[in-house]
Amino acid sequence: MQRPNDTSTIERSVKVETHRQPMPPRERLERIFAVEHLDALYGGKPAIKDVSMDVYKNLVTAIIGPSGCGKSTFIRCLNRMNDLIPSFSQTGSIRYHGQDITDPGVDPVAVRRNIGMVFQRPNPFPKSIQDNVAWGLKVLGLKDNLDERVERALTQAALWDEVKDRLKASALSLSGGQQQRLCIARAIAVEPDVVLMDEPASALDPIATAAIEQLMHSLKSEYTFVIVTHNMQQAARVADMTAFFSISRGEEGQRWGELVEYDATEKIFTAPSDKRTEDYVTGRFG
Amino acid sequence: MSTHSLTKASLRAEGLPRRRAVNRAMELVAWLAAALGVAILGVVVWSVARRGAGALNLDLLTKTPSVAFSLTPVKQGLANAFAGSLVIVGIATLMALPVGILVAIYLNEFARPSVRTAVSLTLDVLNGVPAIVIGIFVYGLLVLGHGQSGFAGSFALACIMLPLVARSTMEVLTLVPMSLREASLALGVPRWRTTLSIVLPQTIGGIVTGTVLAVARVAGETAPLLFVSSLAGTSLSWDPHHALQTVPVAIFELSESADPADHTRAWAAALVLLIFILFSSLGARWLATRTTRRLSTSR
Repeated sequence: MQRPNDTSTIERSVKVETHRQPMPPRERLERIFAVEHLDALYGGKPAIKDVSMDVYKNLVTAIIGPSGCGKSTFIRCLNRMNDLIPSFSQTGSIRYHGQDITDPGVDPVAVRRNIGMVFQRPNPFPKSIQDNVAWGLKVLGLKDNLDERVERALTQAALWDEVKDRLKASALSLSGGQQQRLCIARAIAVEPDVVLMDEPASALDPIATAAIEQLMHSLKSEYTFVIVTHNMQQAARVADMTAFFSISRGEEGQRWGELVEYDATEKIFTAPSDKRTEDYVTGRFG
Repeated sequence: MSTHSLTKASLRAEGLPRRRAVNRAMELVAWLAAALGVAILGVVVWSVARRGAGALNLDLLTKTPSVAFSLTPVKQGLANAFAGSLVIVGIATLMALPVGILVAIYLNEFARPSVRTAVSLTLDVLNGVPAIVIGIFVYGLLVLGHGQSGFAGSFALACIMLPLVARSTMEVLTLVPMSLREASLALGVPRWRTTLSIVLPQTIGGIVTGTVLAVARVAGETAPLLFVSSLAGTSLSWDPHHALQTVPVAIFELSESADPADHTRAWAAALVLLIFILFSSLGARWLATRTTRRLSTSR
């Protein structure tokens, strides 16, 4: 008989791929986003200032930095999610495949149709597991092979095996980690071009976190991911490119976030060129 | 610095016994006030029930008042008044409900904060307008030159219901978590579709609650109906093109009658109205707690 606490039998249920393919030179990568001189303001107060960076296709791009450095503000600019906040305004440009999505003539609904988002806290609809995925498909007119699409999305989100026998059960009966994977399934089911993730694992346990990191690895050949995380190990594990944001202080006590350094993840974590990045990634943050 | 002494002498020196007595007295006064509130309702229900229970029978609900000068005294009912109230309040609900919900959706989901504040204030003012003023307004607008009608009565009651429905719908809309709207919008679903398919289904319980409370409130409104739908016959009619008798107006008219039997029937009608309002309020409260609980557990 096997003793239940025999450590040799405990295996990690999900393995995270940490060996990264060497990245092709940046000139060969296709740019999805070209952000230039982006300022984002809430009620006239800047939350981020002068951010310029490119996001490349089929890579995982991580945004790291301390709390309050504008990571979430930045990622929410990429799919016009900040439009929901009345006092929000922005200057600069965000070109998505060459088209400036900050232009008032651009329909935010069309932007979000192409650029999906997964939020910090799992937010499934109070519907069945199946309907959570199928509802968006139906509303957006992807009605052919509905069941097949639902199954594929749930499989891609590594949730299918756990829920295939209870698709009609309420999504709220799932655990937090399952709910978050359901939200990912819902987001990728409608076949977006980019998936934005705003600290998707901050409310999850390590196993669920590992599952989500694993699925980003396996899905990045089809999608482009931008992930905000305050967890540096997570960025190091999943991201090809990493952007480090930090807080700057003005003379009169104003604070805003700015992009300090943006480079290949390996470079950011092993040989950062900015002192502030080095302090942050080595834990000497001050 | 004083030390934290807990001896009796030091506590007395700080006036603790006196403060304790004041505390007890205040508690008692507050308790009495609460008891008074309950007692008033109790007395009202009891006195209406005592006087009206005698005349409360099925005939009251199913028979119309006897024709005047009838030689044989027949059992008299107020079926025409109950039918009229049903028609007028029903049409008023059909008028106020969609408009009230749309007002609430606009204010909560689409309006700028400044517009929301201004229109909410307007709704509160409308809610505070005395019913008699609404009656005069509808009288001038719809009755003068056209005559009384059930529709005019419905319109007057709808004016009273509108702010109640809109306000209660707004309250429950604010309970729907922002994250649900974001989830839908992030899929590329338009605002209107998000509101219709994701937000509104969450609020149905709350909307029903608000509507039931508004119905209970206007079912007893008398003042506006005196102007716009009171000159009605004694026969049973469901046609809102003409003036319809209603329960509150019937109570008012019967109470002015010389016949003591009419007074008893007025009490009985009042009792029916009271029972209706009590039960719909309790039902609404039950629905409201259910909705709130569901919304707070589903985040």
